[in-house]
Amino acid sequence: MDIYSLHPLMPEIVLALLGLCILMLELTSMKKEYIALTAMTGTLAALYFLRGSSGVLFDGMYQADGYSNYFKLIFFLNLFLSILISIKYLEVEKSSHGEFYALMVFATIGMMIMASAENMIVLYVGLELMSLSTYVLAGFLRHDSRSTESAVKYLLMGAFSTAILLYGIALSYGSTGTMDFQQIGLYINSHNLSGNPVVLLSLVLIMVSFSFKVAAAPFHMWAPDVYEGAPTPVTAFMSIGPKAAGFAVLGKVLVMVFPSLRSDWTSILIVISVLTMLTGNVMALVQTNIKRMLAYSSIAHAGYLLLGLIPGNYESFAGMMNYLFIYLFMNVGAFAVIISLRSAEFMGDEIRDYAGLAKTHPVMASLMLVFMFALAGIPPTAGFIGKFYIFSELVKSNYIWLTIAGVMFSVVSAFYYLRVVMYMYMRPPEREVVLETTPPLNLALFIAFTMIILIGVLPQAFISHAKNVFFTMYQSLL
Amino acid sequence: MVPLNWYIWLSAILFCTGMFGFITRRNLIIMLLSVEIMFNGVNVSLAAFSHYLQDAAGQVLVFIVIAVAAAEAAIGLALVILLFRHHETIMIDEINEMKG
Repeated sequence: MDIYSLHPLMPEIVLALLGLCILMLELTSMKKEYIALTAMTGTLAALYFLRGSSGVLFDGMYQADGYSNYFKLIFFLNLFLSILISIKYLEVEKSSHGEFYALMVFATIGMMIMASAENMIVLYVGLELMSLSTYVLAGFLRHDSRSTESAVKYLLMGAFSTAILLYGIALSYGSTGTMDFQQIGLYINSHNLSGNPVVLLSLVLIMVSFSFKVAAAPFHMWAPDVYEGAPTPVTAFMSIGPKAAGFAVLGKVLVMVFPSLRSDWTSILIVISVLTMLTGNVMALVQTNIKRMLAYSSIAHAGYLLLGLIPGNYESFAGMMNYLFIYLFMNVGAFAVIISLRSAEFMGDEIRDYAGLAKTHPVMASLMLVFMFALAGIPPTAGFIGKFYIFSELVKSNYIWLTIAGVMFSVVSAFYYLRVVMYMYMRPPEREVVLETTPPLNLALFIAFTMIILIGVLPQAFISHAKNVFFTMYQSLL
Repeated sequence: MVPLNWYIWLSAILFCTGMFGFITRRNLIIMLLSVEIMFNGVNVSLAAFSHYLQDAAGQVLVFIVIAVAAAEAAIGLALVILLFRHHETIMIDEINEMKG
């Protein structure tokens, strides 16, 4: 194997070098802002290599194609925006260390490996690289007992769900004799194993494990504690990245490994998605902490995303991928506003801290208004477009009552998103809130805001792009 | 020659023991140990399948699982120590700062 045949792996290689580079720079007396700047430059360089990367590597264990590249684009943007919003937060928390950025980079590599994996072993390695890095990130504020608590809970639930995944892998390996996604699928099909209880058990175990990873009910109980306790930029980072990676794998595994068990996994997905939307939306109604509310909202969004998997055709998958792309901007935007409220003596993560923000800081309040409208799915923001495509694909596949349930739950979600808006615009300010924004934070807010409006007004460009990249791949399988 | 079924049962029993321990015990270190038992239950079945199928992939995964489980344990124990410094306890149900 010569170096040129590694071409499809270039984005991962560049990122890995970047991670090591950051660790080396941390040893010097370089200012932490410059380390963050290096991380951002390196991310953009890796993004440049992503453009041309496609191909199969390592005997078909690793595949870079339209599907994985679209997810990798989401991971890169997630990494880039998370670094932008971290810089100020880490300074306020007095935990500015270069390792933070290195861990984010390594977690992103893990997600990319997951999205490209065509083999159970590669999938497992990618998953663990992502998980182990995020466990440490969640506990990064060593002086803060809430951060440690959230990391411990994340680690316990993560390790538990990984063990379940491994058992599923072992069972499918035992009944088919191969680790390759496509080979397993072909073997199950050709030997008529679709009614086999062991194969069914392996499907259920793998789905349970990824329901843990994407925080879908009834396996979501870790998410609120972890999201609330973790440092805010890490919450933003891990409410998008690992979730997107989990959906990338779920989409691929369900379609490639278990195509002959389609009726089984469709019914499981219907139950999980309805339960997820119900728990997420109802529990979010009673929260007083905004990070915790956004944690439940991210559970609810996992439910909408699962709806995109149910029809199992490429249009619905494209809708799911688009929703993730849009969700990235709305979520990072909301967390960027939360971070801008955080100052040395003010936590700013209770919903009542937002009272009267429209009077004291009208620009920030209007930005938060846009992000909340987008999360609730109100036009003309991008959130509406994302939900619209997922629901219209559901209708096309004749899941009428599921669509009605989804729409009902989004109506419920408007209550708690608009409550934040109500606090900002209709309550008098309770105390003087000092905004501490920095240029990187403003840039992140600007990118999120522009993308939400842009996708909301011109959706066609983005939707057709997602369809095109996806069409090149699963055409024959779906 | 021990039949394959025995290994599968052993692995299932180990896995369920670990799962039972994880769900019932509230001591963090015991919970981490239980997860390790689950991992090793899986390893038993992977190695047995690998031998039975005369295919190396299963054993490769066993090695990777062992290595990664060690890394996981290192992070887990470090976090437990950190938690003990904050709370003076490692019982998970006594550590609950966030509720809602």
